[in-house]
Amino acid sequence: MIRRRLGTRLGVGERRSAHVALALTAWLLALIFFFPVFWMVLSSFKEEQDANTSPKLFFSPTLDRYRDVTSNPEGTLAFGDAATNSAIVVLLSTLIVLALAIPAAYALAIRPVPKWRDVLFFFISTKFLPIVASILPIWVLANHFEKLNTLTVLVVLYTAINLPLAVWMLRSFFVEIPRELIEAADIDGAKLRGQLTSIILPIAAPGIAATALLCVIFAWNEYFYAVQLNPIEGSTVPMWVTTNISTRGDFLAKLSAASVLACIPVVLAGWLAQKRMIRGLSMGAIK
Amino acid sequence: MASVHYELATRFYPGTPRPAVNELDLDIDDGELLVLVGPSGSGKTTALRMLAGLEPLDGGRVRIGNRDVSSVHPRDRDIAMVFQNYALYPQLNVAQNMGFALKQRGVPKAERMQRVRDVAKLLDLEAFLDRKPRNLSGGQRQRVAMGRAIVRRPQVYLMDEPLSNLDAKLRVQTRAELAELQARLGVTTVYVTHDQVEAMTMGHRVAVLRDGELQQCDIPSTLYHVPANVFVAGFIGSPAMNQLPVAAIMPLRIAGAELHLSDPVDADEGDRIVVGFRPEALRVGTGPISGRIRAVEDLGSEVFVHTVIEHELETATLVAKTAAPFAGQIGDNVSLALSGTMHVFEPEGARLATVTASTEARDLSGAFVQLLDRPDRAERGKPA
Repeated sequence: MIRRRLGTRLGVGERRSAHVALALTAWLLALIFFFPVFWMVLSSFKEEQDANTSPKLFFSPTLDRYRDVTSNPEGTLAFGDAATNSAIVVLLSTLIVLALAIPAAYALAIRPVPKWRDVLFFFISTKFLPIVASILPIWVLANHFEKLNTLTVLVVLYTAINLPLAVWMLRSFFVEIPRELIEAADIDGAKLRGQLTSIILPIAAPGIAATALLCVIFAWNEYFYAVQLNPIEGSTVPMWVTTNISTRGDFLAKLSAASVLACIPVVLAGWLAQKRMIRGLSMGAIK
Repeated sequence: MASVHYELATRFYPGTPRPAVNELDLDIDDGELLVLVGPSGSGKTTALRMLAGLEPLDGGRVRIGNRDVSSVHPRDRDIAMVFQNYALYPQLNVAQNMGFALKQRGVPKAERMQRVRDVAKLLDLEAFLDRKPRNLSGGQRQRVAMGRAIVRRPQVYLMDEPLSNLDAKLRVQTRAELAELQARLGVTTVYVTHDQVEAMTMGHRVAVLRDGELQQCDIPSTLYHVPANVFVAGFIGSPAMNQLPVAAIMPLRIAGAELHLSDPVDADEGDRIVVGFRPEALRVGTGPISGRIRAVEDLGSEVFVHTVIEHELETATLVAKTAAPFAGQIGDNVSLALSGTMHVFEPEGARLATVTASTEARDLSGAFVQLLDRPDRAERGKPA
């Protein structure tokens, strides 16, 4: 008799117990990593004293902390202002990144120059430098050009930070485009602009969207440069989150609420990017 | 429409010592369908890409009509190409795919749509004009790729193994349709394939390439009956021609059996030469050559019998074609007789002579030799 195992997911010769053990380990690790985030969200709905005393899983939730952090007492940084600043910096820098990275990635992927590997490595090597090591020269330069405490300096910096990553990502998407499509467009008489707008960009659109979303996330989250170069005017959301740390009284629930607010756009973008990214990566299937 | 001329066209791929295409000299007439055929690595696709402008030339010239296009950009050569994987633009529908080249050239929309519709009608694609390529079958995609080339009304069509992604039955059918279409449109066509059957059935002339060198370019029947060298003899025809190395000592002997030839063969005494004969020249039944059956391929209408013989102290395989039904089994001992056209090749491979040979002494003048009395055909080929 053949032992029937309808719909089994086990591979041939694999043991069920091993599968279960692996699955349990994976779930356990995932929960450990997720727990602090879960606790932060939970705390943001608590009263301040509940958040600061012994851990409580059950409590009567309140939105008061969100009201607290978005209300705008005189002399403090308003959430609205910070969000607007962040949005401007993030969108501008991402647009500039795309405008620069698309031609660069096209060149590297489709008409590679000699030593293109070295060029790619140079791009990514800029990421090896510790950010702290770069802050002094950047501060001096920003000061010299009188751009301290402006959004401009952040736009320039975030563009520079995201550019190498964007070139790498976009290059990998462009490389996926079948060579024959570009050759066919060549023979069909499309010039560079026609090729880019009618063939390459539409096909690579999911990849470009994924790249843009990652740039948005990184720029939105950036804290170190923002706090060093921009402490007074034009503060961004990460800096606003820290303003909820107080030396007087408890602040854990308020800080949690602020953090959740700062996370929401990123979580949304990440969720979108994930869906897009999968489409982007399956682009090879278009043959 | 125009003729196409390769003049000593050469292409080296960077970092390789041997040219992918070496001093290719080939003239393709206006309206001709010329097939470039050869095994992989023979340079046939490179030769096509040189004509397309997708590969630069490292030497020589390529002309379309009277125009030297050697350093002209692909878009300005007035050619259309059908790719092996069709290279349809995935985000455009069928009509947009077919009209893309016209749009790039600034043809007004009304004319563009009219021309696309005309070609769609010709190719039976009218019902699919607003579908995306991914929603088409393999055969439909192939036709869209053809349509994209036809809409252009170019000087030359270039086709790079356009049928190789179709299943066997559809390929045979499309082969005939494509040849008919080409004849109707009368556009000069260069067609690349590795399939010698496709080459023989479609090509007005067939150019056989090997290792970047042109071996022979001629009409299909001449390639089959008067191959320029051992390679062409072995490449064209299925199953392949039987080839045996023999010592050039008259009379020639196969497996000890003496051969009677219609004409003397002018080989240096004692050289190692190669004789070749098609399976249809070998008869299973009675004869002086003894062999053992190794395999039997029964195709229904005909049977190919693979036999092992002892030839000059070594075993060799000969394939005989015989009419069905065939009663022999694997392992049976059989007698073989040779009677028909036989080619004699130099040790270096070039064809020395084609004679009628027989293992029986009999009158050899007559029907078999007639083909050789056609020097006009034999001389059109250009041995490498």
